[in-house]
Order: sequence, then C-alpha cells, then structure tokens
Amino acid sequence: MERMNVLICGGTGCTSSKSDLIEQEFTRLLQEKGLEKEVKVVKTGCFGLCQKGPIVAIHPDRVFYCQVKVEDVSEIVNEHIYKGRRVERLEMHDVDEATQEKVFNIDKIRFYAKQKRIALRNCGVINPEDINEYIARDGYMALGKALTEMTPAEVVDEIKKSGLRGRGGGGFPTGLKWQFAAKEVNDQKYVICNADEGDPGAFMDRSILEGDPHSVIEAMAIAGYGYIYSRAEYPIAVERLNIAIGQARELGLLGKNIFSTDFSFDLELRLGAGAFVCGEETALIASIEGKRGMPMPKPPFPAQKGVWGKPTIINNVETFANVAQIINNGADWFKSIGTEKSSGTKVFALGGKVVNTGLVEVPMGTTLREVIYEIGGGCPNNKRFKAVQTGGPSGGCLTEKDLDSPIDFDTLVAKGSMMGSGGMIVMDEDNCMVDIARFYMDFIVDESCGKCTPCRVGTKRLLEMLTDICEGRGTMETIDELEKLCYTIKSTALCGLGQTAPNPVLSTLRFFRDEYEAHVKEKRCPAKVCKALLSYSIDPTKCKKCSLCAKNCPVQAISGVPGVEPFKIDTSKCIKCGACMTSCHFNAVELR
Amino acid sequence: MKSLADLKALRDQTKKRLDLRDGESDYRVVVGMGTCGIAAGARPVLNAFVEEIAKENLKASVTQIGCIGMCSYEPLVEIYDKEGNKTTYVHMDANKAVEIVKKHIGQGIVCENYTIGAK
Ligand SMILES: Cc1cc2nc3c(=O)[nH]c(=O)nc-3n(C[C@H](O)[C@H](O)[C@H](O)COP(=O)(O)O)c2cc1C
Ligand code: SF4
Ligand code: SF4
Ligand code: FES
Repeated sequence: MERMNVLICGGTGCTSSKSDLIEQEFTRLLQEKGLEKEVKVVKTGCFGLCQKGPIVAIHPDRVFYCQVKVEDVSEIVNEHIYKGRRVERLEMHDVDEATQEKVFNIDKIRFYAKQKRIALRNCGVINPEDINEYIARDGYMALGKALTEMTPAEVVDEIKKSGLRGRGGGGFPTGLKWQFAAKEVNDQKYVICNADEGDPGAFMDRSILEGDPHSVIEAMAIAGYGYIYSRAEYPIAVERLNIAIGQARELGLLGKNIFSTDFSFDLELRLGAGAFVCGEETALIASIEGKRGMPMPKPPFPAQKGVWGKPTIINNVETFANVAQIINNGADWFKSIGTEKSSGTKVFALGGKVVNTGLVEVPMGTTLREVIYEIGGGCPNNKRFKAVQTGGPSGGCLTEKDLDSPIDFDTLVAKGSMMGSGGMIVMDEDNCMVDIARFYMDFIVDESCGKCTPCRVGTKRLLEMLTDICEGRGTMETIDELEKLCYTIKSTALCGLGQTAPNPVLSTLRFFRDEYEAHVKEKRCPAKVCKALLSYSIDPTKCKKCSLCAKNCPVQAISGVPGVEPFKIDTSKCIKCGACMTSCHFNAVELR
Repeated sequence: MKSLADLKALRDQTKKRLDLRDGESDYRVVVGMGTCGIAAGARPVLNAFVEEIAKENLKASVTQIGCIGMCSYEPLVEIYDKEGNKTTYVHMDANKAVEIVKKHIGQGIVCENYTIGAK
C-alpha cells in the first residue's frame, strides 16, 4: 500500500529542464531502497510556478521542492522519504516580512494563497496519462449525469444559468452559443475545441491539455461530436491528448452508445501549423477542412454553418475545462464565484517584469494589483511598475491608476484593453512603450493572412512608422498619421486579427503619448531602449583616465591620454556595442 | 463502462489512492524514523500503520520525522487529530500499531497503556 506520493511536474517548462531524468532517478533510487511499493512516483501537469521548476511535490507532507536537479534526488530520497527530514534548502517558501522567517506552509505561500483553481484543479495533482486518476477526482461523472439524468435542453440551460463566458478572448456566453447550435436542425453537428493559442507568451491552454486532457474531452462529449484543433508546436499536449482519447475509448467513454444511451460521440485531433490567424474560428474551420487558414465573413456563424457546412460549436480549451465542474456542482455554485457579469475564474499566464512568473487562476473580479503584487510579487529589483498588457497583440495596456480595477470582461474593455485569452505581461520603467507597440506590430505583420488589404498593407505601414519613430526618423506628423491609420484598419479589416491589431498602438498612444513625443521631438528614448536614439558618453569627472574602455572598443572610437586627459567617445565612430560601459570599473561611461 | 454506477465503482476504487494528495485527513500519524528509530524497528511499524489504515478504510495520513531526541523510547509514534492535539506512543511494534489504528483512529479511543505517560 502506498503511503507517499512523489509528484513530478511533466509540463513543458519542467520537462525542458530535465524533469523526466529526475523522474527516472527517483524511480531508480526508490527501487534501490526497496521503497517502490510504499512510495509512488507520479508525473503530473504544470504546477504553475514554471520559473522555479523543475517542481517536485511530496504528499501527504505537502512539501514542494523547486529547481530540483538530478543530483538532489538522492538527498530527497535518503533524508525526506526515508528518514522524514525535509530538505529545507530546496523547499518552496516565502519570507515573512515582519519576522524575516521562512514560511514553508504551502497553503500560506502568497503565490498560491490568492488563487482559486477550477480549470486548473487537476493540473499538478493527477497523472494526465492515467484516466483512472481523473475518474478518481469525479471525472466523467458530469458526462454520466448529463446523459442519464438530464435532457439536452437541461444541460444547455445549466451552462446558460452558470454565466460561463468564452475564455478564448471574446467572452461570448457559452450557453447561448450551445443553444444556437442545438436549435439548428441537421443530422450531424460538430464540436471543435480551439487549442490554437497564438498569443505570444500565453500557455494556459497548453497547460490544461498537458495537465488535465480528460477535462476537455469530457466537456466536448457533453457538447456533441468533435475535433480538437491544436498547434503542432505542442508535442507534449498532443501526445497526452492522444493517450487520453485512447483510454477514454477503451473504457467506452467515447464511441458508440456511451453509458448505454443512444448517444455516440468520438473525437479526432487536428494539428495546425501554428499560425495566429488559425485561432480565429472561421479560419480554423477552413484549416480543418484542409483549406488555407483564412477567415470568412460572418454571418453565417459557425453555430449555423461551421465545419463541412454543419452546425458547429467552437469553444476554447479553458472554456471547456469549466464545463464538467458546472454540471457536477451546479450553475449556482459557479455563479457564486467571480463577479455578476463574469462568473467563475480566469487563468492567466503572468509574465514580463514580475518576480513570480507562471500560471495563475484567480476568481474574476480580483484586482490587477492582487495578481501583480500579491501573487506575482511585484517588479523585480525594486523597479517602478509602468504598465501591464492584457489580451496580447489584440489587447492594450493598463497603467498604475487601473491597478485597483477588478479583472473581468467588461471592465477591461471599458478601460481600453481586453481579457483576451489570458496573457498578462508586466512592464517596468525599463520598457519603452513605443518599442512594445512595435514588437506587437512586428508579430501581426508576420501573422496577417493577407486576405484583406487594410490588414495586409495597413499593418505593414504601421510597423514602418513605428520603426521610424524608434529610430529617430519620426515627426509629429508621423504620430498623427499613425493614429489615423489605426482607426481606418480597425473599422475596415475583415477579421478580428486585423480589427484588433492597432489596439496596442492606440492604448500606448493614449497613456504614453509623451514617450512617443520624446522620440520625435527630442530624439530621446526615455526608457533607454531604442538603440538608435541613445549615445554613449564618458563623464569626465568620473573618468580615472585608465584607458581600459579605449582598449575594449572594437572600432577605436575612444580617445584620451592615459593618466593625463579624461577619455572621450567620438559618437560618429561609435557602433553602440556597450563594451566600454561593461569594461569601465568606475561607472564613468553613461548611456543617454 | 455501461452505466453511471460502473463509473462510480471505478471512482471509489481509485479515490483512496489520491486522497493522499489533498492534505485532508482526520488524523496524522508521524513515525520517528531517525537512525535510532530505524534501528529500533520503526520501518515495520510504519508499514503496519499504512496497511492497516488502508484495510480499515480510514482517513489518516502517515508521515515520518527524524530523530525527536527521545531515542530510548523508540520506535516512537505521534498521532495528531484535526485540532492538532498530540498523543505520543512509545516502544511501538507492528501489533500495537494495528490495535492503535483500530481503536484510536477508527473509534477515537486513545490506547493509554502504550502512551508515553504510561511508562
Ligand atoms: C486573430 C484571432 C486569433 C484567435 N486565437 C484564438 C486562440 O488561439 N484560441 C481561442 O480559443 N480562440 C481564439 N480566437 C477566438 C476564436 O475566434 C473564437 O472566438 C473562440 O475560440 C470561441 O471560443 P470561446 O467562446 O470558448 O472563447 C481568436 C480570434 C482571433 C480574431
Ligand atoms: S484582417 Fe488580417 S488576418 Fe484577418 S482576414 Fe484580413 S488580412 Fe487576414
Ligand atoms: S559603445 Fe562600443 S563602439 Fe561605442 S565607444 Fe563604447 S566600446 Fe566603442
Ligand atoms: S511546467 Fe512545471 S511548473 Fe509549469
């Protein structure tokens, strides 16, 4: 009988830092000690704190070890597992601000304390490759309940009442979408799970598929017959989905006459090539049908005419991950979490300039401050917070004054950003907002499918203008033109990609116009990011005349007489490599 | 899998194995497993607790701790209830462990004659 479980993270982050070798080492050492019967090693999905990975959790002791190396395994086995002495140096902890003492209790650690896990409830708890573990946590109960105890109309009704809204970006009420598809009369209908997840920096959907694939499969079965469309760049997620689908078929949870009813349902996995536009629903459907992934005008909506012309429900991974919980616990339970118009929780991929980057799930209505400061631990190195980008390349930024706004679909839109799929990138004083806008536009130009002119040509022009501003060729007219073109693209592009592409520019213009103006009027980048606008110089009062910088300069741009005359940089020769700055021992080289 | 009842049966079969992971248990059994404890025979005690708790279908977790500094009383076991009240059992063996699981964890009756106070 097992008395202890060693859970090892098998998410993408930890796998890339060798968690599979750690798993092998645990298995080997436990066998060597003859403990393999009492201690079970389990590979799970992501724990959320990927940055501190690889993560190993020991239960029932509730100890989380971080940044575990293969060499550490023998200490954990010999000390903790065999003798019961925790290996404190590896243990996840907070430092209590008042007493400066380490806090090891996992339920009190700030990163986890504020979170509420519904969509991620099994991630980091179960083995995603073992259907029995999913079933042990009430898996497939909701499907059983829906098929044997509820009518289809009751299922749709329950989802409607729960207030669940699409987590793929738009926030459309899921129950309503299901109702539209249910109303259509047709011999065949389809369900698609959108696992394209193109937002750079986002990995919520990947983590759900890797950590709890059955939750998505069960929800899709609750909704009808389906496809999962995932990007081929997610090899671990794809492998786990295939295993999960196979196991569900074997148990008769997919296939013909599920639970002895006349309901039959099966799933097929389709891999995309990783184009952002293929996350857009009509482009995704085209791609499944084997056509080029290009959007189509709506209506007709997929619920009326979707894949192969049949009524189709298309939902996001995270949306599906909530469904079984709603059927099991009831719409009222779900409604009691979050805010009135945005019920439930939302998963965010917190990244950028925060101490704890990773995956967090919080109730809707949690403030940005709570997520960034309490869970995320604020900006590292005591830098000043500047802005946070939500909604990825389709969203916008929010500033200091919005930090206490609740996070929900409608508030974010009212503030000029959007929920998006859940990317949340924090920026500090060292980020140049013009450069950020340029980064997203660069992404869009690459990803535009080219079908319509405003997006294909327009975004390219936007990128040119942003580059001009960053490189000192911009004028006040450039800013005006930039803004005007943004509005034109917004109102004329065919699909969501083009329509939202100008958002990062517009929102940075709104909050940081002064930064744009500094770039064009003073040819100065206040955050010291835009290289073309910066120049190196040597402060003669700090210069000790040692000549070290001149020796390191690859282009002989620095002159002076050692010990006699302070050194000087000839900016016309300087190639801005930064070598002088790193070589100077007296901080005499400045960047302005 | 033919019915909801089949699914429930399968769930109940595996559920116990996973209870270990949610940190919810009525009792926490802590076995002293320092070098002294292991030498005095703590391992069979530990195994007896684990097996008996599983057999009786009880909600209790079994963990170990290093040397507590009372080596002459080893093998030594502490049992904590939900409120954190501690009972310390000393000079343990596998048979005593079985009895303690049945009485203390199963029915909430402390086996006074094995506690540290009885000696
Ligand atoms: C350019 C673009 C990219 C999109 N990418 C995704 C994506 O990666 N994942 C996703 O679920 N939805 C994406 N969407 C939204 C989908 O079109 C669709 O609204 C969504 O999958 C519906 O599911 P939901 O109601 O559960 O959110 C994207 C939309 C656009 C315009
Ligand atoms: S807006 Fe862009 S991505 Fe969308 S259809 Fe037009 S060119 Fe393609
Ligand atoms: S930045 Fe590089 S090129 Fe310019 S002065 Fe310093 S060392 Fe020379
Ligand atoms: S991948 Fe291991 S914690 Fe996220």
